[in-house]
Amino acid sequence: MVIIKISPLLDNTKARDKKNKLFRAFVIAMSFITVIPIILIIGKIIINGIGQINFNFFVQTSPDSLQAMTAIATNKVIPGGIANGITGTFLIVLMASVMAVPLGMMIGIYLYENQGRRYTNLIRNTSEILQGVPSIVLGIISYLWVVRNVTKGFSAFGGSVALSIMMLPLIIKSTEETMKMIPNEIKEAAFAMGAPYHKIILKVLIPTGLSGLSTGILLSLSRILGETAPLMMTALGSSIINFNVTKPTSAVPLLIWEFYNDPNMVNLVWSSALFLTVLVLTLNVLSRRIAAKIKIGIKK
Amino acid sequence: MIETLTNIENPILKVRNLSIAYETDRSAVKDINIDIESKAITAIMGPSGCGKSTLLRAFNRLHELYPYIKTTGKIYLNEREIHEMSTVELRRKIGMVFQRPNPFPTMSIYDNVIAGYKLNGIKLVRSEYDSIVENALINVTLWDEVKDSLFKKGTFLSGGQQQRLCIARTIAFNPEVLLLDEPTSALDPVATASIEDLLVSLKKDYTILLVTHNMAQAARISDNSIFMFMGELVEYGKTETMFTNPKDPRTEGYLTGKFG
Amino acid sequence: MVSDKLTKAILLSSSLIVLIISAGIVFSLAGGSIPAFKEFGFKFIFTNEWNPTEGHEIYGALPFITGTLITSILSLIICIPLAFSTSLFTAEYFRNTKASGIISSLVDLLAGIPSIVYGLWGFYTLRPLIINLGLSDQGFGIFTSSIILAIMILPYATSMSTEIITMVPEELKEAAYSLGATRLEVIFNVIIPNARSGIIASYVLALGRAIGETMAVTMLIGNSNTVPSGLFAPGNTMASIIANQFGEASGLKLSSLIAIGLLLFAITGIVNSIGKFIIKKLV
Repeated sequence: MVIIKISPLLDNTKARDKKNKLFRAFVIAMSFITVIPIILIIGKIIINGIGQINFNFFVQTSPDSLQAMTAIATNKVIPGGIANGITGTFLIVLMASVMAVPLGMMIGIYLYENQGRRYTNLIRNTSEILQGVPSIVLGIISYLWVVRNVTKGFSAFGGSVALSIMMLPLIIKSTEETMKMIPNEIKEAAFAMGAPYHKIILKVLIPTGLSGLSTGILLSLSRILGETAPLMMTALGSSIINFNVTKPTSAVPLLIWEFYNDPNMVNLVWSSALFLTVLVLTLNVLSRRIAAKIKIGIKK
Repeated sequence: MIETLTNIENPILKVRNLSIAYETDRSAVKDINIDIESKAITAIMGPSGCGKSTLLRAFNRLHELYPYIKTTGKIYLNEREIHEMSTVELRRKIGMVFQRPNPFPTMSIYDNVIAGYKLNGIKLVRSEYDSIVENALINVTLWDEVKDSLFKKGTFLSGGQQQRLCIARTIAFNPEVLLLDEPTSALDPVATASIEDLLVSLKKDYTILLVTHNMAQAARISDNSIFMFMGELVEYGKTETMFTNPKDPRTEGYLTGKFG
Repeated sequence: MVSDKLTKAILLSSSLIVLIISAGIVFSLAGGSIPAFKEFGFKFIFTNEWNPTEGHEIYGALPFITGTLITSILSLIICIPLAFSTSLFTAEYFRNTKASGIISSLVDLLAGIPSIVYGLWGFYTLRPLIINLGLSDQGFGIFTSSIILAIMILPYATSMSTEIITMVPEELKEAAYSLGATRLEVIFNVIIPNARSGIIASYVLALGRAIGETMAVTMLIGNSNTVPSGLFAPGNTMASIIANQFGEASGLKLSSLIAIGLLLFAITGIVNSIGKFIIKKLV
């Protein structure tokens, strides 16, 4: 048995304890600094924006520069609202969802049913690369494909193509993940009853995975609702309520941009920003809640 | 009335009224009073959930990592109360080996052995480190097997070898007491036997506290045995006596396999 | 069954659409950039000039490439100490407490705020602050943009790091504590070495997001078309120049902007692939 010989160990515990305490204080301080911006930002939007929100805000279209200037000069509240933006956003996002959601679910199901193949991995990797493409690049693409060649002019459809490409990878990923979480027995039981494949997908897989699928849809909606850049070069914007998808259309983020750039209308930015942010955050939080519930359900 | 060994001279560890509770309403360990004999192997046995690991981990104050665990009572190491020492000093004197071998995966074998020094910011000369590593690995009979791969990471070692590396890491610090929490339950019988032989050879220099759920192991290598049941100390005595002539019916029930 | 075969065929063809879209993006960007590269050659990437005067048009991408790189990297540098501390706060020091739950949720909210809203806040709150501190008279520029970017990428840098740190096995930490280490020592000697790849991957992915950011940067960077001359000087990024000038561009200018879009696509793709590669190596 060899005895281990060690030199007397110096007592550096005081110094180490001090470093330990200092680092802990640093971490706590930094963490609090981290949350300051979010509080400031949300605070500012609410404080500045809440005043301008009224019934008209939702039903009237945006004022033009002259109306705004006159109102300011005569000390009146600027007239108008963002109805054209709200309807435009609704139209564009609806079209984008109609394109991206069914397609994304089909692709997600394909990936789920063909695990392990090289082709499957290729599709998945490509989808992930697509997810990382900056939204402004997708705006360029939609400009070249739709605005130039299809609608021959700025249009709501152009905007929705760009946004649908943004939604697609998110839907694909959430569909595949959701399908993976469905217990195999359910699928096997349906097959054993001789049901045709497409019925199994529509009547068993999708309803069973509805929560997970909704999470993905809500999350991708919250992501595209706030987008401005791709719409600037496709939908362009409009001062009227428009439901013709081949024509330029407004959207809430576009209105915010217009208000921001016009010195007369600058005060309108806050109410629109408040509206947009509340909308986006609500969808965001909702989708996280549902996702958390699914996780808890599985743990049980 | 709890049976305790009353003839231990200069016990290295003394426990007085130790109680440990998780979230105040569930007591894991209730009012333990024992003296631990120096340079001997003391086994702590009992069925699952009896509190044996909880008791073991009180000796190096590991419970303080978890704010929801409350400890009351006193433990004395060489007449000094351990809660009045700094944890750093305590853990130099009392080392711990865990159930699943856990060498640090990002460190080489060499660095694993001297991990205690590195973590404590102790800087020695390279030759001192070399001799510590060599001696520790010789003491755990791992030297010949790894001396040519000292700078590789330990993940290629077998379970038994990894566990011996963890023991080497602990004794490199020359502690007085070794706490082992079911050190062989994740190992195969051959590895288990080699660790048991190692512990017997180590007891000449270290006091060993061994939690085990394997009665045969306790019978094989321990000098003294503690039997716990539902958080209480039921019986404590020389292993030979306790196994052949248990005084408490619960001890007898456990040893004869009536429950486990 | 026939109908099953049909269903499978439909699913397969839907998967092809992903490839078609991606290939289409590359081809369209490349095709649209050809006039610019034909005119300026590959020097386009290194030319520090953006001159739209008729008859003497010269366009080069260098000002914007540097603008993008400087703002993104600077934003990551600002972000890292904050993200790292927040990860340690929620995953280690205060794991499973209410405080960490609140901080986690607040940081997650940051990811939901639209870019243009960040731009507004940056313009109306951050900019005056920079002016008051005397760092710049107009308040626009590289520094302001980097700060807003740092805030925007915080949730991406934090969330994956937090997950990875949480996954470091308890027993490794206990072994280190049993050897007498302080919490700080356990963090730097055990947690970080084991979580290193995941933490780096999350920072790389956060960088990828910063590179592609458009609106907030456009509103704060000062819109100047030369390589920025200093930390508080104005500039433009690849994304912001496109946002600013695409609407009325045509001909050679349009092609140059598309070329910049191609470069942006390539750089983002490379950075994100590096991040994903690091994650794959983890598993």
